[in-house]
Amino acid sequence: MARIEIQKTYKIYIGGQFPRTESGRYYPLKNKKGDVMANICLCSRKDFRNAEVAARGAQSGWGSRAAFNRAQILYRIAEMLEGRKEQFISELVLQGSTLAAAKKEVEISIDRMVYYSGWCDKFQAIYSSVNPVASSHFNFSVPEPTGVVAIIADETTSLLGLVTAIAPVIAGGNTCIVLASETKPLCAVTFAEVLNSSDLPGGVVNILTGTAAELHEHFSNHMDVNTVIYYRNNKAEIKTIKENASLNVKRVFVYNKINIATEKAESPYFIFDTQEIKTTWHPIENIGASKAGY
Amino acid sequence: MSSKKEKKLKFNAAWDLDPAPEDSKHVSIKKQYDLFINGEFVKPNSKKYFATYNPATDEKISEVADADEKDVDKAVKAARAAFGKWSKLSGKERGKYIYRIARLMQERAREFAVIETMDGGKPIRESRDIDVPLAANHFFYYAGWADKLEYAFPNRNPKPLGVAGQIIPWNFPLLMAAWKIAPALAAGNTVVLKPAETTPLTALKLAELIRDSGLPKGVVNIITGAGKTGAAIVNHPDIDKIAFTGSTNVGKWIQKSIAGTDKKCTLELGGKAANIIFEDAPLDQAVEGIINGIFFNQGHVCCAGSRLFVQESVADIVIRKLKDRMETLRVGDPMDKNTDIGAINSKQQLLKIQEYIEIGKNEGGEIYQPSCSLPKKGNFCKPTIFLNVSQSHRIVQEEIFGPVLAIQTFRTIEEVIEKANNIPYGLSAGVWTDKGSKIFNLTSKLKAGVVWANTYNKFDPTSPFGGYKESGFGREGGLHGLGAYLTI
Repeated sequence: MARIEIQKTYKIYIGGQFPRTESGRYYPLKNKKGDVMANICLCSRKDFRNAEVAARGAQSGWGSRAAFNRAQILYRIAEMLEGRKEQFISELVLQGSTLAAAKKEVEISIDRMVYYSGWCDKFQAIYSSVNPVASSHFNFSVPEPTGVVAIIADETTSLLGLVTAIAPVIAGGNTCIVLASETKPLCAVTFAEVLNSSDLPGGVVNILTGTAAELHEHFSNHMDVNTVIYYRNNKAEIKTIKENASLNVKRVFVYNKINIATEKAESPYFIFDTQEIKTTWHPIENIGASKAGY
Repeated sequence: MSSKKEKKLKFNAAWDLDPAPEDSKHVSIKKQYDLFINGEFVKPNSKKYFATYNPATDEKISEVADADEKDVDKAVKAARAAFGKWSKLSGKERGKYIYRIARLMQERAREFAVIETMDGGKPIRESRDIDVPLAANHFFYYAGWADKLEYAFPNRNPKPLGVAGQIIPWNFPLLMAAWKIAPALAAGNTVVLKPAETTPLTALKLAELIRDSGLPKGVVNIITGAGKTGAAIVNHPDIDKIAFTGSTNVGKWIQKSIAGTDKKCTLELGGKAANIIFEDAPLDQAVEGIINGIFFNQGHVCCAGSRLFVQESVADIVIRKLKDRMETLRVGDPMDKNTDIGAINSKQQLLKIQEYIEIGKNEGGEIYQPSCSLPKKGNFCKPTIFLNVSQSHRIVQEEIFGPVLAIQTFRTIEEVIEKANNIPYGLSAGVWTDKGSKIFNLTSKLKAGVVWANTYNKFDPTSPFGGYKESGFGREGGLHGLGAYLTI
């Protein structure tokens, strides 16, 4: 007798948990033949707000972890991805990829995670400076995480877009809320399972599914979000996001001219974008000929 | 903490200093200034001029042109026309022009200082020793970057953005002009700069200096006007970048205005810095730091240490020392070399500060002002502190931009970090303690772009300056300041 297959329920990922959307809404994901493959959560403003609370709560802990520890956790994510490679490939194929393209997408994703793992404890050295001020002070500038980052990820890929968006943000000690591809959401939920088993603290990455048309407004007008990153091409959404950003002077980055399948999409400059530069001054006693003071 | 009754020190009781005014006869100020566009001074299309006053005497100093949209357009066209050649000029040659500006400014430093003080009301000691030298140094510093840009951004080929529209405030008029123009030019951009309407003169003197320097026409255009002129710059379609220093409200308006465009933007906005005194701090130095933090430049400083947090165990002694020190402050003629606190920049700003002082009293704050007398003419305000205030008071939450300090006490380090960060701003902070590990703990936890440890209100061209959160984004100064004017 043929065994009845257990189908997966695709939920969202908030604060290290896998809830359904609080709205109770869903949208059906269909394959080419028109059969329903899964019911996907159609997330609401309230889901975003819950995710933001989780992200804010996790930020100071994640940001103050040793950079080396963050590096190991990102590497662990890559290890988990590698182990689940076949599952991601089959999900990509289900969503319309060829086998070869699916295999390539998963491999680039894994390698990109390793790439950013390496940067966790190195980008600081690239972007810091010791500033030779003229007065008798020691003065240095270091990058620090900006805080909570709301991301509307690439629409055209299911896994690579997520990895490309998330890795540089968390490598730098931020936490994030990410909206996955609307038309290719399957890998997002599986990727959340990977994160959940990689020692990444709950709340550091929160993944929602649904439509950018509905959620871009909420991603950008929340008063406790520091930065918004947008990977898509809808000009009206970009304008609204930038306008709403002015409510609390959010930083906005639009990365829609980058081919995320190439190495152009990986660079420490993406980490730098979600960093703030902090400068510290302290007096030096008895330096040279300058008048020492307070 | 001593329970003995302290003797009250009486300063200025037996003697007073003679007046020591700086001479203003050697400076030349024209009766009227036009707009500096394409290397020459031209009459405004509006045909309108407005007066600029000395805030210490209420006397009219000069009048300056009121640029309208057509004037802005003319300036942007001049900057656009100059951009091609300027950006293609070798970095070495660009740098030499900027070095020239730095040198000319050093040569004319005293003249600039006197005019800065006349037009803005800040003590001559500050304009002479801080504003003008720092402005010249800023040009000198960035001049040297012009031919070294590729070293600033590893693995990148940085390119200038194009025409930068720059709008600056009235608290450090010449210094802010230097902060804006120097990195923009070093990176190969051309600029249209608008100084604040109450303090246009040193920017116009800078325009004269730039003309004398032989800088190619149109690379720097300086136009005067009020908010409408600024709005015309922000909304001009051929501007590639807006750099703004000023209030958070205007900054938000700018961010919103350019939302539908590809314009780049950096914002240096308001602040409400926490200045934190621990019980193990060198208290006399800390008191100097409090004074410098809030009364420097009449408190017209976005990074002013306007929220003081004193650890409870030393609060009584610190506040007593602070009151004593305030009694020695000399408030008055900004041109006098002994003056500590000069004139409030404008009548409007004075009214705003007085309104906040009333708000502070009405909310139940305990006010203290020293016994100093104020000049009869001009805009002056006594240095003011408020005790017995809490986080929810408006004078604790809102930027006053005047010599008004709100004082709170704290017990634990966790408490003070929480309070210091519990504000939409994040520009700067001060920490006073003798313990190094405590300094590093605090500086890594305070959400602020600049942290002064056992010092306050220090600036340098090599040192990046700028805010977290609603204090803006982007940095000015240092290597990081170049990023504001380059595509990397």
